[in-house]
Amino acid sequence: MTKETTATSSIPVGKKKFDLVNFAKTYMIIGVLILFVVALAILTEGNSIAPVNMVNVIRQVSAIGIIGVGMTFVIITLGIDLSVGSILGLSAVVAASLAQNPGGSLVKFEGVDVPVIVAVLAGLAVGALAGFTNGVLIAKFRLAPFIATLGMMSIARGLAYIYTGDGRPFSDLKDDYNFLGQGYLFSDPEVRLSGIPLPVVLFAAVALIATFILSYTKFGRYTYAIGGNEVAARVSGIRIPRVTIIIYTLSGLLAGLAGVLWSARIGSGNSTLGQGIELDAITAVIVGGTSFKGGIGKIWGTVVGALLIGTINNGLDLLNVSPFLQIVVKGCIIIVAIIIDERKNSKPA
Amino acid sequence: MGEYIVEMKGITKRFPGVLALNNVQLNLRPGLVHSLMGENGAGKSTLMKILAGVYTLDEGQIIINGKPVKMSNPLDGLANGISMIHQELMFIPELTAAENIYLGRELRTKAGLVSKKLMISETQKVFDRWNINIDPSAQMKTLSVAQAQMVEIAKAIAFKSKIIIMDEPTSAITEREVARLHEMIRDLRSAGTAIVYITHKMDEVFAISDEVTVFRDGAWVATDKASNMNRDKLISLMVGRELNQLFPKADAKIGDVILEVEDLTRGRLVKNVSFNVRRGEILGIAGLMGSGRSEVLETLFGIYPAESGTVKVNGKVVKIREPHQAIEAGIGLLTEDRKKTGIMGVLSVRDNMSMAAIDRFSFMGVLRRPMIDRECEAQRTALALKTPSLEQQIQNLSGGNQQKVLLSRWLLTDPDILIIDEPTRGIDVGAKSEIHRLMGELAKQGKAIIMVSSEMPEILGMSDRVMVMCEGQMVGEVSRKEATQEKIMELATRFADEAVA
Repeated sequence: MTKETTATSSIPVGKKKFDLVNFAKTYMIIGVLILFVVALAILTEGNSIAPVNMVNVIRQVSAIGIIGVGMTFVIITLGIDLSVGSILGLSAVVAASLAQNPGGSLVKFEGVDVPVIVAVLAGLAVGALAGFTNGVLIAKFRLAPFIATLGMMSIARGLAYIYTGDGRPFSDLKDDYNFLGQGYLFSDPEVRLSGIPLPVVLFAAVALIATFILSYTKFGRYTYAIGGNEVAARVSGIRIPRVTIIIYTLSGLLAGLAGVLWSARIGSGNSTLGQGIELDAITAVIVGGTSFKGGIGKIWGTVVGALLIGTINNGLDLLNVSPFLQIVVKGCIIIVAIIIDERKNSKPA
Repeated sequence: MGEYIVEMKGITKRFPGVLALNNVQLNLRPGLVHSLMGENGAGKSTLMKILAGVYTLDEGQIIINGKPVKMSNPLDGLANGISMIHQELMFIPELTAAENIYLGRELRTKAGLVSKKLMISETQKVFDRWNINIDPSAQMKTLSVAQAQMVEIAKAIAFKSKIIIMDEPTSAITEREVARLHEMIRDLRSAGTAIVYITHKMDEVFAISDEVTVFRDGAWVATDKASNMNRDKLISLMVGRELNQLFPKADAKIGDVILEVEDLTRGRLVKNVSFNVRRGEILGIAGLMGSGRSEVLETLFGIYPAESGTVKVNGKVVKIREPHQAIEAGIGLLTEDRKKTGIMGVLSVRDNMSMAAIDRFSFMGVLRRPMIDRECEAQRTALALKTPSLEQQIQNLSGGNQQKVLLSRWLLTDPDILIIDEPTRGIDVGAKSEIHRLMGELAKQGKAIIMVSSEMPEILGMSDRVMVMCEGQMVGEVSRKEATQEKIMELATRFADEAVA
């Protein structure tokens, strides 16, 4: 009874081929990662794939990865969050200031001794609050995400400097706090450096939870819908401001978590921590296949993207390549990733 | 009467899936005003955009001053002495009137630098000659619509255009401004300019034009001297098509009033609109483009919050300031512009379909995937949806199938009241009759349906009752029995006439 020539003629014919190409495009990034790992292993005569080094790489990327998870939500909704690096710095100094051993020199709060959990929660709260502010500026005051988070990038960094006063980092942190960044899970006391570093465990947990949210919850559908077509999403009954605020709050919260873990790893809270990490996180997200045009993106892609960046950084270090050249390489990676995104996700005419 | 300045012969223009113009002709003489009439989508604007070089023709010939010309862009139109003043004025708001007039061919000093002074003095000369009382150095954004229109006309004059096309120039200006515009048009006519005047307003046609051409469904219908025409003759020429498509509005039992709208008001296009709809009923809303048809429904649905008015569903007042509140009240809205406000292009058919009903499809925020799959599959079968899978990105489907997915999106919310804005715009005949059949069935199930349509046969075939809008107001209501194309057209153009008369 219905004769729809347009639909039947165009889709099934090219379908199989299309899917194959699409599969290759989707999982290409994993191939690229393997390629880099193998290439670096050969160039460094196996040093790069020594277990100690590999664990180290993963630990280093956990900050980029945790921030990248939040950034994935943001970019799927056609947003951007430039403030994550500064939020990381601010959360790090706030948490560290509360985790200092009392009685030491250079203590921020003389005579104050709060449980480590309070310090951690304070760091997370500062991050969430900054992210919430971003969300309100974007959703309620209708600022472009680029502008709102650019402002927050400056504000949070400035506050971190002000908070540290003379600019000296808060050091001499409690062991329990440092454990978060330096400790291992399932470690064998007999073997040095055995087990899984705690930041890696937390990174994995964050990635798993985020994957669940994006793929299996209502909130995940909302995220994709807003990026797919915000007006249509609103007409479908989605409360855009609410979802937007939650997403930016989440991004800030995860930046706060990264700040806590980072300060714990190096045993001090420094106001310059996290400078430029927003670009690494954005690179990880885009390299991982999340579209800058919105509505498309997966957490596992971001995880692989973060690992790729970590592997390249680490490999270039091992090969004694100048850190300046490394920055150039990173820039090239992001441009190539965007070109691929452009080709892959360009809408049919 | 003199020789033709423009002859358009056998003009045909196709857009994807639509034959916009079919072997159309039009001849223009210098020093005459030629009005183009026809319903929405009759092809008037398309033909004029071809003459102005905005669109290129697929078949046919354009002869200007006896010479065949080829036009592939608006610059060709200008080079041939043709200027078009579009319905939506096109200017750069931050620039001055003079700068807009000379945009792209700025006057220069001897040293080759752009001279604002020279442009302003030249503009002033044109304004003086044509009694236009506007400061050439005023920014366009500070001018009223009517003033901006005058600037556009001055631009056409400054280009030395011999043919000026005006596409519904009076749709957004006041009566006095209309009078001023008409004065201007008469001056231009005396100076030998050929004017094409597109309008829906009947008595403007008689007030200003020398000749009239009527189009219908992309075809030429008639050309005659305005003095040989009258209102009734024009209307019957414009709508004179037979109902040649089948509209299976099933007989549904019409029940209690379910939706009552009282004095809904928002801005210029929704003024004190009141109506109600009953279960099992299809209420058609007719009116010309820009009459406020869609705006009433978008306001009702909370896309734009109403300034005043009450909405009752099942006798209870509901507050709707956001679409989610309308959905909670049991209302669904299938919007007019599928691409802009309907589909989420890169998302799957399944996501697109389940989005509005997602609350029902989740438990404590977690999706009930088997339920979603089951119900989406059921919709796919029921609506004969053609897609390789529910995973397919919706942007890869044909327009008709996209429309079916969007219809399913609302069916899954099981609304009591379903609003459908242009249910079958731009989709093929098969999907069209399928959607009409479904609408009939939904009415039968006791749902109330409100439908906006620009297509007269659809309005007449599907509606139990037709509400006619004009300039943001409801100007009349006709029952299915009384409804004729002529009657609706007359109501839809009523105010337009009174405004000038």
